[in-house]
Amino acid sequence: MKMVMAIFKPFKLDEVRDALTSLGIQGLTVSEVKGFGRQKGQTEIYRGAEYAVSFLPKVKIEVVIDDGMVERAVETICKAAGTGKIGDGKVFVLSVEQAIRIRTGETGAEAL
Amino acid sequence: MRLKSNSVIAGLGAAGTLLLPTLVLAADEAPKLDTGDTAWMLTSTALVLMMTIPGLALFYGGMVRKKNLLATIMQSFAITCMISVLWLIVGYSLAFTSGSTIVGGLSRIFMAGLTLDGVHDLAKTIPETVFMCFQLTFAIITPALITGAFAERMKFSAMMWFMALWSLIVYAPVAHWVWGGGFLGEWGVLDYAGGTVVHINAGVAGLVCALVIGKRKGFGTENMAPHNLVYSVIGASLLWVGWFGFNAGSAAGASANAGMAMAVTQFATAAAALAWMFAEWATRGKPSVLGIISGAVAGLVAITPASGFVNPMGSLAIGIVAGLVCFWGATSLKKAMGYDDSLDAFGVHGIGGFVGAILTGVFAVEVIGGEGKKGLIDGNAGQVLTQLWGTLVVIAWCAIGTFIILKVVDAMIGLRVTNEEEIEGLDINLHGETVH
Repeated sequence: MKMVMAIFKPFKLDEVRDALTSLGIQGLTVSEVKGFGRQKGQTEIYRGAEYAVSFLPKVKIEVVIDDGMVERAVETICKAAGTGKIGDGKVFVLSVEQAIRIRTGETGAEAL
Repeated sequence: MRLKSNSVIAGLGAAGTLLLPTLVLAADEAPKLDTGDTAWMLTSTALVLMMTIPGLALFYGGMVRKKNLLATIMQSFAITCMISVLWLIVGYSLAFTSGSTIVGGLSRIFMAGLTLDGVHDLAKTIPETVFMCFQLTFAIITPALITGAFAERMKFSAMMWFMALWSLIVYAPVAHWVWGGGFLGEWGVLDYAGGTVVHINAGVAGLVCALVIGKRKGFGTENMAPHNLVYSVIGASLLWVGWFGFNAGSAAGASANAGMAMAVTQFATAAAALAWMFAEWATRGKPSVLGIISGAVAGLVAITPASGFVNPMGSLAIGIVAGLVCFWGATSLKKAMGYDDSLDAFGVHGIGGFVGAILTGVFAVEVIGGEGKKGLIDGNAGQVLTQLWGTLVVIAWCAIGTFIILKVVDAMIGLRVTNEEEIEGLDINLHGETVH
C-alpha cells in the first residue's frame, strides 16, 4: 500500500476528486493548508501599509491505494491539478505499513 | 447645529441664517412644537446613535487583528453608555446652557429643569428632550472616534478615565464655543454639523494619543492587516446612512435645509470614495475595498461642517479634495511622520475635518446658508481666515487638554497594557472572552 499525498491549488479540488473517483478510488482526505514553494508569496496593501504574505492557501489530499494503482493515480492528479503555471503544487508517494477499517477490523487492502 | 427659530422664517428659507438666538426672535410668542420637526429629530437621533453602535464599532472592529476585535467593539459600546450618564449629570449643561462664552452653566445639572414640553433656544420647534438626546449622540461618537488612534494597546480602565475627562474638559467646552453660544459662533465660524467640534477635535485628540501612548509592538515589521474587512464595509455603510441624521438632522427640523444637507452629503461622500479609490488605483496598482470605504468616510467628515452652506457642485469639489488629501494623510503622511495612528482617526477625521472646515469657507453660498453665511466663491474671502482661526483654536485647546489628561491618567493607573497582554491580545486579557 502507498499513500499519495498531493498539494495543489484549491480551485482544482473538484476536478482532482472526479478524476480519482473515475479511477475507482473510494475515499480520500482533504485539508486546507498554507505554504510556500517557488511561487513565493503575494503583497497585500492596506491604506499604504504593505504586508508580504508568504504563505499561500492550498489544498492537500491524502489517499491510500494499492501499489498497482499508484502510477495511474499520480498521473491523474498531475493532469487534473495542473495549470502549467508556477504554484501548481507537488505530489508525494509514501509507503504505508498497515490500514485498518475501524468498524469491521478488516486490515490491509481489504480496509481501503 | 443650527437653530430653527420659527416656522415663518423657516418658510422664507432664512432660518438657517441664525446661528444664535437674536433679540428679534426672543421677542416672539411662546414656542410651538412642530410634529414634523419633532419626528425628524427623533429619527435623526436614532440614526446618529446607530453611527457609533454598531456603525463605528464594526468599522474599527474589522480593521484590527482578530485577537483585539471584542476589545475594539467594547470601547465604542462602553463609551456610548458612559457618555450618556455623564451627559445626564453635567455634560449637557456644560455644553448647551448659557454660561460664559467659554463654557456653559450648571442650570441643567442632573437634568434639573428639563420639562416635558420645554424647548431649547437653538431648536424651538422640538422638545428640549429631543434636542438634548440628539446632541448626546454627537457627544458619544466624538470620543468613540478617538479610539481608532490607540487601538490594540490601551488599557480599558485607562480608556474609560480618559474618555470621561476628555468629554467634560475638551468636548463640552468646544461644543459650547461653536454651537452653545460661545465665542467661536460669535466670531462667525461656520460649522453646520460638527466638522470642528466632532472631527477635528477627535482627530487631533487621536494624534496626541497615538504620540503619547506610542506604537503597537511590531508596528512596521509585523503583519497588522485587518482581520475582516466585511465588518468594516458594513460599519462604513451604517456610518453613511446614519450621517443623514448627523447632517440633515443638524437643520434641527424637517426643513428645506435638511433636504439640501442630505443631497450634498450624498454627493460629497460618493465623490470622495471615488477620489480615494482612483488615487490608490493609480499609485498602488489596485482599487482596494478598504480604500473606497475610507474615502467615503473622509467625504462624510469633510462635508459635515459645510452641509448646510454649500450647493451640490460645492459638495462635489469638497468630496474630491477630501478623498485625495485624506488618502495622502492616511498613507504618505503617516508613513513619513512615523506615528502609529492605528485606524487613522487623525488621517481621516483630523485631516478630513480640517479640509472640510477650510473649504466651507470657500464654497459656502448665501442662497443656501442664509444671510451672511457666505464664503470665497460668494465674494467673502475673509470667511476662509475665520474658518482657519476657528480650527486653530480648537486644535490648540484639544491638543493641550488631551495631552494633560493622558499624563494624569498615566500617572494614576498607566495607559498601556503589558507587553504580554498586547502580544496575546486584548480580548482574552482585558475581557476574558474570544471571538470564536
